[in-house]
Amino acid sequence: MEDRATITLTVNGLTQTRAVDARLLLSDFLRHDLGLTGTHVGCEHGVCGACTILLDGRSARSCLTLAIQADGATIETVEGLGRMGDLGRVQQAFRDHHGLQCGFCTPGFLMTITDMLRHHPLETDDQIREALSGNICRCTGYQHIVDAVRELARARGPLT
Amino acid sequence: MTAFDASVEMRPKLVGQRIKRTEDPRLLTGSGRYVDDMNPQGLLHVALLRSDQPHARIRSIDVGEAFAVPGVLAIFDAGDIAGDFQPAIPASRMKGYYATPFRPLAEGKVRYVGEPVVAVVAESRYAAEDALELISIDYEPLPVAVAKDDAAADGAPLLHEEAGTNVIISRTFARGDVDAAIASAPVVVKGRFRMTRKTPMPMETRSYLAEWDRRRQALTLHSSTNIPGIVCDVLGTCLGLPGNRIRVVAPDVGGSFGGKGSLNHEEMLVCVLARKLERPVKFVADRMEDLTAMSQAFDETIEAELAVDADGHLLGLKADVIGDIGAYSIYPWTGALEPVQVVSFLPGPYRMEHYRGRVRGVLTPKPPTGPYRGVGRPSSTFAMERLMDMAARRLGMDPAEIRRRNLVTAEEFPYRTGSGIIWDRSAFQECLHGVCEMVDYPALVRERDAARAEGRWVGIGLASYAELTGIGSRIAVAPGMPINTGTESASIRIDATGAVTAAFGISSHGQGLETTLAQVVADELGCRMEDIEIQHGDSALVPMGTGTYASRSAVLGGGAATKTARVVKTKVLKAAAFLMDVPVDDLDAEGGVIRARSSNATMTFREVANAVYAQMGRIPHEQREDLVASESYDPYLGTACASTHLAMVEIDPATFAVSVRRFAVAEDCGRIINPLIVDGQVHGAVAQGIGAALLEEVVHDEGGQLLTASLADYLVPIASTMPQIEILHVEAELPNNIGGFRGMGEGGTIGAPAAIANAVSDALSGLGIEVDTLPVTPERLFRLVEAARASA
Repeated sequence: MEDRATITLTVNGLTQTRAVDARLLLSDFLRHDLGLTGTHVGCEHGVCGACTILLDGRSARSCLTLAIQADGATIETVEGLGRMGDLGRVQQAFRDHHGLQCGFCTPGFLMTITDMLRHHPLETDDQIREALSGNICRCTGYQHIVDAVRELARARGPLT
Repeated sequence: MTAFDASVEMRPKLVGQRIKRTEDPRLLTGSGRYVDDMNPQGLLHVALLRSDQPHARIRSIDVGEAFAVPGVLAIFDAGDIAGDFQPAIPASRMKGYYATPFRPLAEGKVRYVGEPVVAVVAESRYAAEDALELISIDYEPLPVAVAKDDAAADGAPLLHEEAGTNVIISRTFARGDVDAAIASAPVVVKGRFRMTRKTPMPMETRSYLAEWDRRRQALTLHSSTNIPGIVCDVLGTCLGLPGNRIRVVAPDVGGSFGGKGSLNHEEMLVCVLARKLERPVKFVADRMEDLTAMSQAFDETIEAELAVDADGHLLGLKADVIGDIGAYSIYPWTGALEPVQVVSFLPGPYRMEHYRGRVRGVLTPKPPTGPYRGVGRPSSTFAMERLMDMAARRLGMDPAEIRRRNLVTAEEFPYRTGSGIIWDRSAFQECLHGVCEMVDYPALVRERDAARAEGRWVGIGLASYAELTGIGSRIAVAPGMPINTGTESASIRIDATGAVTAAFGISSHGQGLETTLAQVVADELGCRMEDIEIQHGDSALVPMGTGTYASRSAVLGGGAATKTARVVKTKVLKAAAFLMDVPVDDLDAEGGVIRARSSNATMTFREVANAVYAQMGRIPHEQREDLVASESYDPYLGTACASTHLAMVEIDPATFAVSVRRFAVAEDCGRIINPLIVDGQVHGAVAQGIGAALLEEVVHDEGGQLLTASLADYLVPIASTMPQIEILHVEAELPNNIGGFRGMGEGGTIGAPAAIANAVSDALSGLGIEVDTLPVTPERLFRLVEAARASA
């Protein structure tokens, strides 16, 4: 419990070195130590997906990851996707299709979808819904999120 | 009934358009601010030791070595804070009702598993949770009656001895002679319907941060609530603080669905502790705490009997409802909110003379039930719509036809139901007709029959309902509750830069009210939408505001916005008339520009505002008025709202899993402010209704222990289990309400469970199965099918 370690990792392009408790969750590290509160904590048992980030390019649950496990890793969070006046394409598609309501699950969805667009065909609605099935949204019934992903997958074209 | 005239003259510029939401850029970029995102200097964290007993006397509490944990500052039980507050009393004028006092920590005894008993305050949540492990509570277990029928029985152990009974709510609604109607009816169908307990499960858990201002001796509570005004009023009373020294702010709130729409133990607690410790104090529930102790939903058993004549006309309905309200009558709505609404709404949108609905609300050792999207109506609609289908089946009549014959028609409005609810005109018949046309009902029936011929379990289900939304001051949202839920106010000001700030007592928590209210204000005031900031979710903004619940904010907030904007516009035009030297009648404003009809003269809002505020003497002092107004709106009766849902399902004969193949909704929410947002509300509410029908169930065992304490046990819909939802909007005219808006946020949750239950029953009609309990999980279906096969 008193074990501490110094970790160095890259978060949204910036290198960070911090001393942390060995038991500190990556989600708490991002939110409290780095102040990146865009990553949300919805269940702390890996089911809801609100805390999803990209860890070395692939989606991961930051609530099921210890900060020290991310030593040396490259992390991307919602704050790295775009800014208020300059939304990234996944963010823009969510806005265009009304893919969010309360916004709490949204950062997790954005990160999952960023990963899925890079690695999965997403050619049919069934494939899209399967890709989204690890993230819970309680507001939208998923329909507008599916609409946004369908448009993004079409704009991307087939995976090469 | 005439459809709303959507001509250019009638429909202003922004209302009715699919405007992208103002809220989105901040929420999409991680720039939103939810309570747990706030970390003021000196912040302390609270963790709670909760009861592991359903009903027990607290003999003693041993904190052991808890104080030795680094970072732990203080530990409190009920005795330590006894003098720091008065309990909240959920009052009601109902006869025979007992208002259970509501406190931050259990005092003397615990009444449900999960009730907070000891609070640890520490520099970090990690430290506070470490300390919890070292604290032990010695309980003297007391007898329990966990099931509501047992708790209602004579001699059952009492949860609140002062009440003298566990049955603290008992009411009957009646009209006509239902017994005679049933006795002489050619067809009588009956059932015992059960909508099990649910949890609202918003994605953001309950989060509270209280800050004590030593200088002003004032308290600010940042709360993930959707009723900041109500919470502020009650906490002011409990803490002995006048309204100008207590403020409740709901910042970005991650959904509620009713779960954040009542007063919470933890919400009181952080306020008491912040004042006591003179430090900011935060409590954020983890998911297990929310699943265990957030207010829960439904949990009624409805025994009902419906009498129908040979042509399918409804003659009478008799119902006996028992509601499990949990261990406390929730503040402010009381435990009557949910079960009493079941009997109020049970007659549905139908013409029917004879009715008797009896309801009892029973205290049990479980978390209190409170509001959950739809309140009462998901259960009542489930029971009534099942009876409608059962009657249709007995008569060999199509389910759509029996509804068509009984839905209140345009000429009959206003129609008073047997329970006393008055339906104002809404598109009852048109929604049924519309949904059937949208899906090509005859073709869908042929498709089902073809699938049946192949031996597949495919079924179609309809559900029609009506609800009261935007309720005014004539009736309380909750029975007998003394709080005014019928009025909302708005305050609009234009400053020297021409910027418009519009403040409201409502409290958006995902509905997009910052966008829709800006649409209304821009149209009414004639300013640009981008010049408006909508403020809400803060008890300090306006004198009269309770929050956002009961599908009221578009109706009441929109009405207050309209009235207030009109007053401000008059002031703007008066000033402009003087400045432009034209008669005021010659002016109009649109898009931020004031134009004279008879000339080319124009002024911008910014120019007028600058002249009014910044240019001394430009307008003579006796004519100069600030460009501000505050108005309130009370729709008095409120609005009726109608819908018909249609589901087509298929049951997998190997796994008994139900897949929803099609889902269609025809709904009348009056004049639509933003179709994009309305569609989103319908999708989300239908998803919750499908969850209630197929997946979601809070299970307590015979010992009162929660068996569904994780999201692996309490299942909610995910993307791969949700169908595409087809929507038809019927915008029926509503002349008596400002703006013509009807409330619509909850409706989807009301129709979907019944439509799914009817579809599943239809799919299994060959076996004579009538679904009477939701969710109809694979296990329940398996048992129904096994029983039907055994008896065949």
